[in-house]
Amino acid sequence: MGTRKTIQTQVLIIGAGATGTGVMRDLALRGVHCALVDRSDVNAGASGGNHGLLHSGGRYVSNDAHAAAECREEGDILKKLAPQCVDETGGYFSAVAGDDENFIADFKSHCEKCGIDCTEVDPAEAREQEPHLAEDTIAVYEVPDASVDPFKLSLENVAHAKLVNNSKYLRHTEVVRFEIENGRIRAAICRDTDSGEELRIEAEQYVNAAGAWAASVAAQAGASVDMLYSRGTLLVTQERLSSRVINRLRPPSDGDILVPGGTVSILGTTSVRVDDPADARPTVEEVDRNVEQGWPMMPILAHTRYIRAYAGVRPLVLVGDGEGDGRSVSRDFSLFDHEDANLSNFCTITGGKLTTYRVMAERCSDLVASRLGVSAPCLTATEPLATVNACEWTEPGRAPKIWARNPDADDPILCECEMVPASAIDEIMNDCSEFIPDPGLQALGLRSRIGKGSCQGSFCGMRIAAHLYDTGRFDSPGGLKNMQGFFAQRFKGLRPVLWETQLVQAELAEALHCGLLGLEQIEGEDD
Amino acid sequence: MADTIHCDLAIIGTGIAGMAAAIFAANRGMSVAQAGNTGSLAYTTGYFDLLGSIPATDEGGKATPVNEPFKALPELLNAFPQHPYRFVDEAGMREAFTELTDFLTRSGLRYEGGGETNHRLPSPAGTLKRTWFVPATMRPAEEMLAGTEECVIVDFAGLKGFSARQIAANLSPKRANLRGETVRLPGPGGEVYAENVARMLETERGRESFAKVLQPLIGDASWLGLPACLGIYRPEDIMDDMERRLGVRIFEIPTMPPGVPGIRIKEAFEEASSGMDLRLFRQQRLVWEDQHDELYRLRVTGTSVERQVLAKNVLLASGRFLGGGLTGERTGIRETVIGLPVQQPDSREDWHRFNYFDQRGHKVHRTGLVCDESLRPLGNDGKPFAQHLHAAGSVLAGADWMRMKCGAGVAVTTALAAVKSMK
Repeated sequence: MGTRKTIQTQVLIIGAGATGTGVMRDLALRGVHCALVDRSDVNAGASGGNHGLLHSGGRYVSNDAHAAAECREEGDILKKLAPQCVDETGGYFSAVAGDDENFIADFKSHCEKCGIDCTEVDPAEAREQEPHLAEDTIAVYEVPDASVDPFKLSLENVAHAKLVNNSKYLRHTEVVRFEIENGRIRAAICRDTDSGEELRIEAEQYVNAAGAWAASVAAQAGASVDMLYSRGTLLVTQERLSSRVINRLRPPSDGDILVPGGTVSILGTTSVRVDDPADARPTVEEVDRNVEQGWPMMPILAHTRYIRAYAGVRPLVLVGDGEGDGRSVSRDFSLFDHEDANLSNFCTITGGKLTTYRVMAERCSDLVASRLGVSAPCLTATEPLATVNACEWTEPGRAPKIWARNPDADDPILCECEMVPASAIDEIMNDCSEFIPDPGLQALGLRSRIGKGSCQGSFCGMRIAAHLYDTGRFDSPGGLKNMQGFFAQRFKGLRPVLWETQLVQAELAEALHCGLLGLEQIEGEDD
Repeated sequence: MADTIHCDLAIIGTGIAGMAAAIFAANRGMSVAQAGNTGSLAYTTGYFDLLGSIPATDEGGKATPVNEPFKALPELLNAFPQHPYRFVDEAGMREAFTELTDFLTRSGLRYEGGGETNHRLPSPAGTLKRTWFVPATMRPAEEMLAGTEECVIVDFAGLKGFSARQIAANLSPKRANLRGETVRLPGPGGEVYAENVARMLETERGRESFAKVLQPLIGDASWLGLPACLGIYRPEDIMDDMERRLGVRIFEIPTMPPGVPGIRIKEAFEEASSGMDLRLFRQQRLVWEDQHDELYRLRVTGTSVERQVLAKNVLLASGRFLGGGLTGERTGIRETVIGLPVQQPDSREDWHRFNYFDQRGHKVHRTGLVCDESLRPLGNDGKPFAQHLHAAGSVLAGADWMRMKCGAGVAVTTALAAVKSMK
């Protein structure tokens, strides 16, 4: 229990996912000062564990026309206002021999009803465009799908809010309790998860945007939100396998979407009901299911190299009986004003999808603004998202481009998979020093491409740690603990994809980390 | 028409196990044909471990560091009864290491150690590693750690993954009076590789200019720690020369592999092989064909001339996943050369534990070939797959060498045991 500091702000937002950072920017643009806290860091939950797909809406036309139309509208806004975060790849819906003929036949008219551009493409022509499509592809439609970098999106929301009115972001800060008096929250008592120090945040309004943890945050304030959780496991390939998003033209199921993400492709997803929102560990079984379900659509998926898996837990708001695997539960978002719990300055925004995060933030901010008596309108549908330099290192392929333009022999490449030079590490460290006083490899990984390549941080982690010691950021055995934490974290995603080449790579990594450095034993050894 | 080579022993693999087996066989007058990628030797750090740690056996348990390897052997075999050390005794272990290190010493790479206790020497991250035999150029670090005189550890601008400050910071809680420094080597700048530095130091002029850049950093220090870079062929002589020029005691610290200590061993072995009855096919493979009367027929692939090998004995020293002796497929682990059965968990789910640093280690590292007492791999029927087919090194089941720190030990001791059991 350290000294207690107090911060005052107009709005405290809990949860730095896409929605929470979106609310922060939305309110900042209306002139409202915010503090945003996250128990972990930006996009630690579902916002960082999704497909990075900016839905055209095509995926939902058969079973949820409302969601489909909403995706189309929001997708168009993001393409226009946040082009730096979006890759307008286009998308195919493709069916192979044996797929449901009725579903195929109805697809185009369903899209039209939702206002989604849909063009039939001759399968032979489609295979020229996307050579990895199966030989027995029987029908293809083109839709305006795109991919989006969720990390860049959230980081830029935070950076933009800070730029507009000096709103604050505090990572590694969790709410431990609320002080409530006469139907109003007076303060949130927070704890720094690194130092354990307590922090008191006094605000006029409190927003719960904790995603899958929204129910437990609401419960701390005595309010209730009924949720269920659906885990989705995704796989990252070593190389980009298509230029477009490739969707299987069938009712939503496992392993039927392949999304390009810069230099890689992402295959997913599964949908498994879990009891605990923290249960976001990808499993061997789900990985195999994705591979086996994906390969009829693109045979290369059976034998390509996967460099990691990851999982996100979809926060779904329970409506009705909540049966089924989570795909059948609404993907709509929900905004709770919690007046039924006799609270006048607390609300929860949860559910929904990455593609619709902006409109979720808008609805939530409308409520907060009206409660504050602020009449300024929402600007996020018209104001472009500012590009902030510190966020640019998350962009796949950017580092090699910059390095190729101006190679500097004295600026060594520390991450060879993604070509991240020492100067990029230093730049991020400097930019983040204000709100990350004691940065390490995990924080760097979130803000750059390190650890994202085929070595999954095994080698660059050691080189970057050495660089951090050289530049004085690390100066004690604590740096080894930091390396250990970073490697252990990356391993969660590696474990289920360790076969063939990736297993070879992992064996070499462990030979270094454990065989040579003995990092598994750095704690508690006495001499 | 294929060229045919007749030999007493065909060795598949040129890692530590394969190299040691070739030396042991040659010392016993056997003729040898051997193929593999000798570059894999460069992955050794130079430290030869026998047994450094016994992994935990219970969930949440801690691994037990080992200071006296022979005293700890019963405990190891009790916890891990499948460990290949069950095939070798203490005398056999000592004999194997002595024979190998004698060979290396004759080649200009003197080794020290082999007593009752492990040595504790710095890793490239500044942790301390328990190991049994140590190159003479690295051993002085032990004396440095026990002392108090000022010690400067130096790295080179552009040498990645080796930070003198990191090593100093991590050794500091145990040893005062350490400092880390960086020097810029003469030349164009940019990336620096330890191997290039080592080759530069083979020349008088190289050593002279190296001394010149190091001199200003010495100050009051009596010790100088360097990344392993003191030449390829006679590193001790180069170390002596540098000590004389700088007036300090010097020790080497291994770098991330591939590194100079491994390159030294590789070159020493390749050079010595010409004086032995050994046909060494570098960067090539020996493919198993069939049994032919009392002989085994293999084929050398990767050369322009097709060669057939007829061998009285075959030694599989093909390594694990990195060496290529095993391959992990999505549905199971296979042995790649002959297709021998591999002892392994039922499903991939059990290969790795959830926690990377789980002190029990991962089961996948204890998969491999099951053998009889003569180190002959068993076939599906539980009998030796072939009368004169043996296996050695990490392809054997039961040794998680990364966690037990027994890589060189398993390679060298099983190589000798296998060679000695051949006809």
